Amino acid sequence: MFGDIPFIAAGILIVIGIVTIVTRHNLIKMVMGLAVVEAGVNLMLVATGYRDGGVAPIFTNAPSTDMVLPTVQAMTLTNIVIGIATTALLLSFVMIIYRKYGSADVRDMRRLKG
Amino acid sequence: MIWEFWSANAPALLLAIPMLGAFATPLIGRMGKTPRNLWILLITALTFVTSAVLAVEVYTTGPVIYTFGAAASSAALVSDSGGIPVRIIFNVDAMSAFMALFASFVGMVAAVFSFPSGKMESGRDGYFALLLLLLVGILGMVCTGDLFNFFVFLEINSLAGAALVAYRIDKGVAVEAALKYAFLSTLAGLLVLYAVALLYGQYDSLNIAVIAERMQFGFLDKVALALLLTGLAMKAGAVPMHFWTPDTYSMAPSAITAFLVVASQASLYGVFRVAFTLYGLTLNYVTIGWFIIILGVLSMFVGVSMAIPQKDVKRLMAYHAVSQTGYMLLGVGVGLAVLGDPVMLESFGLTAMEGGIFHIVNHAMYKGLLFLTAGAIFYQTGTRNLNKLGGLGHSMKWTMLFFVIGALAIAGIPPFNGFASKLMIYESVFAFNPLLSIIAMVVSILTLASFVKVFHAIFMGPRQERYAEVKEVPVPMLAAMGILALLTVLMGIFPQQIVDLVISPAAGALVDQGSYIASVMGGL
Repeated sequence: MFGDIPFIAAGILIVIGIVTIVTRHNLIKMVMGLAVVEAGVNLMLVATGYRDGGVAPIFTNAPSTDMVLPTVQAMTLTNIVIGIATTALLLSFVMIIYRKYGSADVRDMRRLKG
Repeated sequence: MIWEFWSANAPALLLAIPMLGAFATPLIGRMGKTPRNLWILLITALTFVTSAVLAVEVYTTGPVIYTFGAAASSAALVSDSGGIPVRIIFNVDAMSAFMALFASFVGMVAAVFSFPSGKMESGRDGYFALLLLLLVGILGMVCTGDLFNFFVFLEINSLAGAALVAYRIDKGVAVEAALKYAFLSTLAGLLVLYAVALLYGQYDSLNIAVIAERMQFGFLDKVALALLLTGLAMKAGAVPMHFWTPDTYSMAPSAITAFLVVASQASLYGVFRVAFTLYGLTLNYVTIGWFIIILGVLSMFVGVSMAIPQKDVKRLMAYHAVSQTGYMLLGVGVGLAVLGDPVMLESFGLTAMEGGIFHIVNHAMYKGLLFLTAGAIFYQTGTRNLNKLGGLGHSMKWTMLFFVIGALAIAGIPPFNGFASKLMIYESVFAFNPLLSIIAMVVSILTLASFVKVFHAIFMGPRQERYAEVKEVPVPMLAAMGILALLTVLMGIFPQQIVDLVISPAAGALVDQGSYIASVMGGL
C-alpha cells in the first residue's frame, strides 16, 4: 500500500495540473499548470525505478547490489531539460502577447477565430 | 571510401547532417545572405540524398537496423545482453524510409521557397536554423525504434514548429497561434511520455520491437494505448482535437505551413506505428479500427464544412488539411479493422491502407503546393483576405497555373495525384462499407466547390487598381512551386508504378508486425 503512494501522488499532480489549465484564465497560471503536469509525469517515471533500500547505481565500491533503476532517472533528467526549454518558450510567448495585447488573460485572446 | 561510410551510416547521418547544419547556420549567416542560402540548400539537399540512399537500401534489401554506440551498427543484440537490445536502435523499414524520403524532400522545397525574404523580415538565420531542427524532429520520429527517443524527437518537432509559427511576431496574433500550438503539443508530448512510462514499467524495455513481442494487452496497456492515440491524434490535427490547426496553419509563414503539414503527418505515422506495430493483433483491432475510421470521417466532414465559409485563404486551406487527414485515417483505419481477417485484408484491406498511405505523400505535395501559392499571393499583395483579392490572374500567371493544379488535385480530379489515391480509397472502402465511401465522395465534391470559389475570388475578374504594381514572384519561389506541381502531375499520371515501387512495401511493412520484431530480436 505505502509503495503505491508515489504513483497516487503522481496521478494527483497530473489531475491538479490539468484542472489548473482548464479552469484558470491567466496565461502564466496555465503555464504553471502545465509545469505541474510535467512534475507529475517525472514523479511517475522516477517512482517506477525506485526500490526500497536501494542505493545509487554505481558499481564501484557499492555497499549492496540493491540498486535503483538508472534508465528512468536518465529519462526524467531528459524530460526536465525538455521541460525547461518548453516552459521558457511558452513564457516568452506570454510575454510578447502581454506586450501586444496589454493582457495575459486567455479571454482576451480572441483575435483568431472562425 | 566516403561512399561506403555514407551508406553504412545513413540512418545516423540523416539526423546528424541537418542538426549540424542547424547549429552552424547562425555562424554562416554572418557571412551574408548568399552563402547562408547556399549552405541551407547544400544541407537540405544532402539530407534528401541521404534519405534516398537509405530508402534504396531499405527497398532492395529489407529493413535497416542502426544501433547507436555499438561496435557493429547492424547488430541489435550483443551476446552478453541476454537477448535484450540495450542501446537506442533506429529501425528503418519501408514505411519509415518512405516517410523520411518525402519529409526531407518537402523540407528542401520549403527552404528554397523561403530564400527571397520580405522587406520587413529579420532574423532569417534563426528561421533557417529552426527549419532544419524541425526536419531533424520529423526524421527522428519516423526512423526511431525506441519509444523514449520517439518522445524526444516529438518534442524537438513541437518546439521548433511552435517557434517558427511565431516568426511573424509584429502584430501578436502569430504568437497567439504559436502559444496554442506549443501548449497543446507539450500536453500531447506529456501524455505520450506517461504512456511510455507505463509500458516501460511493465515490459522493462523502451524498444518498440521488444514491447511488441511481450505485449499482453492488459488494463495498463489499454490506458497506455488510449494516451498514445489521444496525444498523437492531437498533434496530427484530427477532429475533435483539430482546433489548433486553422490558427497555426494560417499564421505561420507559408513555407513553414507546407512543412508543418509534414510535421503533423509524422504524428499520424506515430498513430499507425503504435496501432500496427506496437500493439498489432493483440489489441481489439475491430474496435480501434472503427475508432480511427470514425475519427477520419468526422475529420473529413467537419474540416470541409468549416472550410466553406472562411474568408482567409490560408485558414480555408488549413480546414481542408484537416479534412484530407480524414482520408488517410479512413484508409488506414479500414486496414486495421480487417487486420485479423486474411481474406478481407487481401481483397480490400491492403488496398485501403495503400490508398491512405499514398494519400499522405500526395497530400504533402498538393497541400504544400497550395500553401506555397497562398504564400506567393501574400508576398505580393500583403493580404490573405478573399474579399480584398481579385484579378490576380492577369499578373501572376504562373502562380495561377500552380494553384489550379493544386486545387484540382485536392478535389480528386484526374489526372492529378489526389485522384489516384482517392480512387483507391473509394474502391476499397466501398467493399468494406458503402456508406463511408459515399461520405468520402461527397466531401470531395464539397472540396471542389470550395476551391472553385477561392480560384474565382483570387484570380478572376478585371485587373484591380490597388494591385496594379503586382508582379510575378521571384524565381526561387516559382521553382519551389514548380517542382511540387510537376510531382503532383507526374504522380497522378504514373500512380501504379509509384504504388508498386514504394507504397505497397510501406503498407506491407505496417501490417507485418512479425518481421519488425524479427529485425531486432532475430539475429544474435
